[in-house]
This record gives sequence, C-alpha cells and structure tokens, in this order.
Amino acid sequence: MSTVVEKETEAKVGPALYLAEYETPGAVLHAAEKLRDAGYSKFDSHSPFPIHGMDAAMGLPDSKLGLIVFPAALCGTAAAFLMMWWMNGVDYPLVIGGKPPYSLPSQVPIMFELTILFSAFSTVFGMFGLNKLPRHHHPIFNSDRFRGFSDDKFFLSVEAEDPKWDLERTKALLDSTHPTHVELVNDDDEGGAEFDASPEGAH
Amino acid sequence: MSSANLPIKALGETPLVADGVGFKSVSDTVCRVTEQKAPRGWWIGFLLAASFTGVMGAAIGYLFWTGVGVWGNNAPVYWAWDITNFVWWIGIGHAGTLISAVLFLFRQKWRTAINRFSEAMTIFAVICALIFPGIHVGRAWYAYYMFPVPNEMSIWPNFKSPLLWDVFAVSTYFTVSTLFWFVGLVPDFATLRDRATNKYRRMVYGALALGWRGANRHWQNYERAYLILAAISTPLVLSVHSVVSFDFATSLMPGWHTTIFPPYFVAGAVFSGFGMVMTLMLLTRAVYGMRSLVLMKHLELMNKIMLTTGSLVGYAYAMEFFIAWYGGNDYELFVFKNRAFGPYAWAYWTMISCNVITPQVFWFKKMRTSIPVMFVASILINIGMWFERFVIIVTSLHRDFLPSSWGYFRPTLVDIFTYFGTLGLFFTAFLLFIRWIPMIAIAEVKGVLPEADPHHDASGHDAHAHDAHAGTAVEAE
Repeated sequence: MSTVVEKETEAKVGPALYLAEYETPGAVLHAAEKLRDAGYSKFDSHSPFPIHGMDAAMGLPDSKLGLIVFPAALCGTAAAFLMMWWMNGVDYPLVIGGKPPYSLPSQVPIMFELTILFSAFSTVFGMFGLNKLPRHHHPIFNSDRFRGFSDDKFFLSVEAEDPKWDLERTKALLDSTHPTHVELVNDDDEGGAEFDASPEGAH
Repeated sequence: MSSANLPIKALGETPLVADGVGFKSVSDTVCRVTEQKAPRGWWIGFLLAASFTGVMGAAIGYLFWTGVGVWGNNAPVYWAWDITNFVWWIGIGHAGTLISAVLFLFRQKWRTAINRFSEAMTIFAVICALIFPGIHVGRAWYAYYMFPVPNEMSIWPNFKSPLLWDVFAVSTYFTVSTLFWFVGLVPDFATLRDRATNKYRRMVYGALALGWRGANRHWQNYERAYLILAAISTPLVLSVHSVVSFDFATSLMPGWHTTIFPPYFVAGAVFSGFGMVMTLMLLTRAVYGMRSLVLMKHLELMNKIMLTTGSLVGYAYAMEFFIAWYGGNDYELFVFKNRAFGPYAWAYWTMISCNVITPQVFWFKKMRTSIPVMFVASILINIGMWFERFVIIVTSLHRDFLPSSWGYFRPTLVDIFTYFGTLGLFFTAFLLFIRWIPMIAIAEVKGVLPEADPHHDASGHDAHAHDAHAGTAVEAE
C-alpha cells in the first residue's frame, strides 16, 4: 500500500558523510588544512584529544562560550545582591552587632560565591548547548571503524550537506591526503544499528 | 597561551609517561581496571569501608535519637570533633581543585596523571565534610534554616554571619567541583563506551558520554569551558577555606581572632590534601599497576608541594606565636602558652612534629624519591593536620575568660565512631569510583604524550611536512 512507499521516502537512506581515517595527529591536521583550502565548510576532525592548531587548520572562529558565561556571572552577582538586600534589609530587617540591617561589606562573600556558581552552570550547560550535546544518535556511529576515535585513531568527516560535496571529487580530495581508509557512511535513520555484543574476533 | 602549544621537549622537560606508552596503551591501562573483575583486595577494602560507613550511620542515628549530648562537647568546649572533622575534610578536598584548576592555569602538564584521581577525592571529602555541619545543629531536621527558603517563622537567614557564608561557599564548591569533574569525564566515558563488549556497559557509558564524538568543533568549546572552569575554580578554592577560617577569625576568641587565618588555612588545606592524594595514589598505583602513567617524577613534584605548603604552615604557627607576644594582649599570649605547655600540649606537639618537622625530610632527593618514606610522611601529615584543627578549636575554647568555667574536652565513643565512620564513607565512595570510572584522565594524558604534538615525527619526513604546515599556517593568519 501507499503507506509502505511513504515510509521509504521518509527514511533518508543515503550518503551522510565521508569518513577518512588517519594514524597520526599531524596527518589529520594537514588533511584538514587541505579541505579548508578547497573551500569545504561542513567538515570536522575527530580525535581522542584536542589537537593543537586544529582550529586554525579548519579555519574555525574563536569559541563563543565566553559570551554566554560573562552575562550569567553578572546575573549571579546581581541575584545574590538583590536576595540579601531584600531579605535582610527590606522584608525582615535584622539588627545584629549594632550594624545596619543591610550592610554591603558582609554581603561580598556570598555575592562572590553565587557569581562563581552561576558561571559554572552556564559554562557547562553553555558548552554542551553549543556542541548540541547530549545527542542520542549521529550517522557517524554507523561506521564500525569510527569506534577507534576514542582510542588511537584520527578521523576527518565531510558531511553530505556541504555545498562543495560531490561523491567523486570529495573522495578524490580525501584520497589525496593519504588516509589509511576512506568510507562512505550512510544515514540509515534507524537511531542506532543493532549492537553486536560479541567481542571482536569472536565471529 | 603560546608556550602551551610548544612541544614538551622545547620546554626542556622530560616525557610525562614511561617509555613505550602510546595512545592505545593509555586507554588499555586505565580502562582495564573497570573492565576486569575486581581483585580480592578491592573486595576486602570495600567491605571494610562499607562496614565503617554502617557504623557512621548507627552513630548518627543514635545522635538524632538522643541529641548532641552523646558527644563530648560541653561548656566551655561547644565545638570539638564535629567542626574539627568538618574543617579537616574540607581541607583535604582542596588539593584536588589545586591540581585540576591552579596547576592547569600554570600549565603544569604533569597534573594530567593525578587530576582525575584527586578531583574524585575532592568530591568525596566534601561530602564527608558536609555531614558535620548538618548533624551538629542539634535538631538536624531544622538544618534547612541555613538556606534562604521561606519557613513558618517568616524569618530569613542572617547574611552577616560567616557561618552562612560558609554554607554558600561549601555548597558552591561541591557543585562546581562535581561539574568540573563530570566535564573532564565525558571524553573518557566515550572511550569506555567504544570499548564496551556488553550491552549494559555500552548503554550506561553511552548515556554518560552524551553522544561525544571527539569532534574538533566540540573540543574547541570544551577546551574553552575547561579553561573557564579552571579560572573560576581558582579563586573559589581560595575563597572556600578563607571563609571557613572566617568562622573563627571574625569571632573574639583569643587564638582565633587573627588576620593570618585565611592564608594559613588555605596553605594547610592544600598541604593536607596532597598528603591524602599521596596516600591513596601510592596504594592504587601499586595495586593497579599504574606505574607507567604515574611516574616517580609526579610523586617527587607532589612531595615538593608538600614541602612548600608544610613550611608555609610552619611559618604561620611561628607567626601566631610571635604576634601573641608582640601584640601585647594578655589573653592572646595566655592562649598560646597554654597551647604549647598546657593540658593539650600533647596535641600541640603532635601537630608540630607531623606538620612542620615531617615534611622537612623532603629537602633531600633521596627521601623525596623513596616510596616508604613518602607513604609514612603522607599519613603523618594527615594526622598532623587533623590535630591542627583540633588544637585551634579546643585549646582556645577550653580556657574560658573566667577560670571557674574552665574545662577539658574528652571525646565519647560516638564521637570516635562518627569520625572513623566518615573515613569509611570516603573509602567506600573512592573504591566505587576506582571500580567504575577511569581513575586517570585518559584524553588528557594522551594529549601530553610526545606523539600528540602534530609536529612530532618518528618517521623522518618531518622537516618537509613541518615546512609545508608552517606555510599554510601563515596563510591562515
């Protein structure tokens, strides 16, 4: 029936990205430079640790995280100030040790602590927000070899959505960067392939 | 920033891991601990620690049932082991933040071998510390009065009190330390997820890894987040023990009312924390074979920090005495004479021998690099730092302003059970951490390996590749 056909067209079965594998941080860095110079914009490198110089090699602008954290820090300071001023100075004035009900010097430690607390939360949630994490699935995980990124392998991925994407020419460009392996990863849109629990080599 | 990008050799440093350690062996060495069955020693330690935790639960339950009278606290010593333990545990936590934040800002790359470990220690130590202010209030079910939440008396907390600053400082410290720790763990959880050989490990570590795929666009924000967290944790850690010292310094008690307290407390906190990191590190390193990642170099550097902070603490003890005499205040001078030669002289001289004399052995390289010496020294330092807080709190209180209200504090069994019980809680949490979470920061150690530098070349086509890269880098700028 037509529902079956609809389902097939809905599921985006098609190439999602090219994945090139490298053995060293230097190799993936030079490959990223080549892609940047060729005008690619939707590509990324995947490595077990951050590689120094990769931001410049990929032509990335500076991180925007500071723009989130600084206003949040000021909100922390303001929230602490307003809370203490209202609670001790307005709503229920407390005279202790002959000091005025509201006295600024004694509020400094808590204003400082809440500044730090708000900055920490905005740093962590801001970072994960900018990175669009947590994310349940990504087509890149359809590659079996990709698992090595968190161990000792280095990858470069070029997304099919890149304006410069071309099935042949992108592959040729990646091949010219001396990868150890290049593969086309499909987006099967099934939210994660069936997991094979048997350890490597068991079958 | 620029020197941070230089390869380690250009800074005249030796490698931070043993020969033959590569990316793969780092993952293997660290992850293996969580993937294999726990050794018998782990089970013995865990059951022992868990039973101590049970003792703590019983002691606290009895305290709630009966009241704080079950402790040895009484007029004039209203603060005794409860606050001693609180300050001691908080202090132990400080080494973790020093290693994860302050040494990061100073680009001390050797910290990568010990930072995960000591950050975990921070969190568990702060949990143990938080128990004491919660239970020492008498009616623990009213402990929420410490927080600015509306209550039936329509009264708000007194924000002019250092005790309330402490509530905010310590709870902020706990929250920020936990966030910092988790951020550091995400890439390592991804390593565990990708190595998983069964469904449950893959699901649990997969959830904790949040879909991390090591993308450089992510690493960029991640590294910035790490820098910001380090930058805000540095003043935070200095503020926490300063605020703890305000609990004493803003009072009018002789022996407490001194301006040297904040730096003196911070130095002591770092000192005791490094002692605890050292004790735990030596045990874990031997049991789990982490010798290729935690080198003698790391241990020696930690001993140098203990020598520095121990000497700072010794200076503070001397300066307190000097000011007691030079300040010309009779009460102050009496308190200090009483500390050194009064009924608690045994505690005072235990403190001096453990905290001031013990670390002096680290002037000698032979002592600094001897594992038995540093193990014994680290334990003595922990004992000494506990006595420091005991001496400060109890000796100032037990001689009140009127001789008719003088007293002598003796702990009860409940005091002792509660204290050793928190040690059990600490070790229970710590052993669970070692069992299930990578105890060394895998991604960070990989990042300081010589081959992690993109210009590192073992093959020999380096000179050419380096030139080519230098050309494009200039273009990019």
